Amino acid sequence: MNLKTFPGGVHPHDNKHYSKNSPIREISIPEKVVIPLSQHIGAPANPIVKVGDEVLTGQVIAEAGGFVSIPQHATISGKVTKIDIFPSPVGTSQMAIEITGDGKDTWVPLADDADVLFLSAEEMKQRIKDAGICGMGGAGFPTIVKLSPPEDKPIDTVILNGVECEPYLTSDYRLMLERSEDIISGLKVIMKVLGAKNGYIGIEANKPDVIELMQKLTKKESDIRIVGLKLRYPQGAEKQLIYAATKRRVPNRGGLPMAVGVVVQNVGTAVAVYEAVRYKKPLIERVIAVTGSVVARPSNLKARIGTSFATLVEFCGGTTGPIGKIVSGGPMMGFAVPNLEPPMIKGSSGLILLNPKEAHILQEKTCLRCGRCVDVCPMNLFPSLIAQAVKVQDYDTADKAGMTDCMKCGSCAYVCPAHIRLVQWIDTGKIKLAEIQRNKK
Amino acid sequence: MENKVIVSPAPHLHDKTSVPWVMWQVVIALIPALAAAVYFFGWNALYLTLLGAFSAVATEALIQKLRKVPIEVADGSAFLTGLLVAYNINAGAPWWFPVMGAVFAIAVGKQVFGGLGHNPVNPALLGRAFLLASWPTLITAGWVKTRFGSINGIDVSSLTPNLQTVSSKAYELVTSATPLNVIKTLRDSSFVNSLTTNLTDSHNIANDIYQQLCNMDTIKNLFWGNIGGSLGEVSVIALLIGAAYLLYLNIIEWRIPFFYILTVFVLTLLTGGVKGMDANYLMLPLVSIFSGGLILGAFYMATDYTTSPITKNGRIIFAIGCGLLTVVIRKVGGFPEGVCYSILLMNVATPLIDRFTIPKPFGEVKK
Repeated sequence: MNLKTFPGGVHPHDNKHYSKNSPIREISIPEKVVIPLSQHIGAPANPIVKVGDEVLTGQVIAEAGGFVSIPQHATISGKVTKIDIFPSPVGTSQMAIEITGDGKDTWVPLADDADVLFLSAEEMKQRIKDAGICGMGGAGFPTIVKLSPPEDKPIDTVILNGVECEPYLTSDYRLMLERSEDIISGLKVIMKVLGAKNGYIGIEANKPDVIELMQKLTKKESDIRIVGLKLRYPQGAEKQLIYAATKRRVPNRGGLPMAVGVVVQNVGTAVAVYEAVRYKKPLIERVIAVTGSVVARPSNLKARIGTSFATLVEFCGGTTGPIGKIVSGGPMMGFAVPNLEPPMIKGSSGLILLNPKEAHILQEKTCLRCGRCVDVCPMNLFPSLIAQAVKVQDYDTADKAGMTDCMKCGSCAYVCPAHIRLVQWIDTGKIKLAEIQRNKK
Repeated sequence: MENKVIVSPAPHLHDKTSVPWVMWQVVIALIPALAAAVYFFGWNALYLTLLGAFSAVATEALIQKLRKVPIEVADGSAFLTGLLVAYNINAGAPWWFPVMGAVFAIAVGKQVFGGLGHNPVNPALLGRAFLLASWPTLITAGWVKTRFGSINGIDVSSLTPNLQTVSSKAYELVTSATPLNVIKTLRDSSFVNSLTTNLTDSHNIANDIYQQLCNMDTIKNLFWGNIGGSLGEVSVIALLIGAAYLLYLNIIEWRIPFFYILTVFVLTLLTGGVKGMDANYLMLPLVSIFSGGLILGAFYMATDYTTSPITKNGRIIFAIGCGLLTVVIRKVGGFPEGVCYSILLMNVATPLIDRFTIPKPFGEVKK
């Protein structure tokens, strides 16, 4: 197979061996769930339940807070016990709804339209919207927004992201092996909603079994193609995946994939879309890889949104030694959290426990000007120059060097021999620049 | 246990590189050249090299102590600078020579600017330039023979018999000068004309010398290192082994050495040999790229991170500039060799080159 890729990038050791061969296991219904109101990019959802209310599994507990937003649903049946600030898996604390389960897991009524593709595009969109789906690869962009492009931006191509280029993570891999037909059905639904002619599924070469399986299943589908990709991080980034699969370049400075007629969705999102359209099932569970050197039995777990990390780790047999770092998400772009209290959310693709040896903090040294950061930057930026400019608060130079195009993939910081925290500097610069621009207005 | 959990920003992985790792790998890559130097010139080469390296380390430690900054000589960067200064020195030089060069390189070339990462020009080359300006004869004369033969590979006995009696000037030239020195001298027509009392004889002798120099034997000698020159720059094969190692580890990038050497080769080819003398037209460019400090300079000095451009296009411009200046100095300048000055001059131009070659972001919207 002719493997495709993008310019730049790095090759971290993929460490997928920990959990790659562990089939998806469904964990028992947790006693308690904590459902953050903002699990996505955009406005937080507004709670519509009060403490003390009884809720069913799948019942709406918070409504979308705007166009770029999603509703939240109860993920177990029981009683609302708290609406308060809770620790978040993405760094900061935030508002969330706590539900204490009744142990029955009583669902709201679902549907079953086995011939999903007979539904109208409008009906599909409504079901996707009601299901509260956001991107499940990590960033969490509301799916319905991506599926509602403006009239002047026709979409001809849908790419399913099965790249999973982050080391350690295996949830998409298992999903593609075990739910391959549902993924393809999800892709067809998305293509129908958008009126797109071409469907691609991008998969990296370290998953040859998935590539083979998907090729077999799509043999008769002339409009769906499986794209084999060279192993390279960050191939799963939207712009890089679009380039690798179609050679189209998404414009920089805030350009969206729709500008080149493409919508990208994660394979997990495709499954959620399929279930939402067929069963009217809201997004209340997902597959998460609980992995790393400290986890006793690294696993891919199907668990309810809002389940605490501690419960997940317990289900994997606990830990085998001291924990050095807890990473929520992938090791390149994920968040380090201080303990196992936070809940998993819709975008939680992984929970990685590193041992103290793997978790050392590296001391920042002077820039040698070696240029490795420039060599690997997938956006072709000049990371060391941007970081240097931010250090001296010269946000103008930083902006001119493309600071706002940085997607924080971390390739530069990964290779920097001086261990400069380039991503952090660039991110600081972005925040400061945004502040300055706000104040100007 | 809980309080030992580290919370830090992504990425949570890092590859194996670090500043010390990079520096010590370059030192390792330079070991074959040192081995060749010891093999061809004897133990004095090792002695001078160690003196250079350790006086650089001592100078750096002392200045860091005076500046009240952490002493970081273990990162290998001072050791490497000292090593490179010594590699630029004649194997017959006195003991204090590499010491002076290394102390100057570290103190004036590096620490006054703030240390590692802040120096505008390559400290090792600045050290060499300092030695060249202060004790020119120690750098450009008094070359020592290799263990196996002559300084420039020219077989004196095969030239005009009894060359010593026919022309003492020509004899002195072929027995004391390195290949680049010989070429430089032959370019001086007044020198050539004064070799003997007879103009035709003089010209014939010079032509013989030129042909002896520009042949495969010389290239073989240059390749293995069986030739006079600075102790660390003579063995092309030893330097290339180290360079291959650095390229393999991705520590140096191919653009600078490739375009530097290519430029020297092409320009030497285009500008022709020495006027009025015959040899295979390909020989002089080959001798030019293998002799002097070009291989050492192109792979180990011009590629210095701090003083060369960061961007890929910038590196190409930088390398072509180095090549151009090297050929200009060799052909029309006062010195037989131009690698050191050409790299230093391009070092100074580096910030400017970087500024004009900032890469275009992926997906840049055309205006």
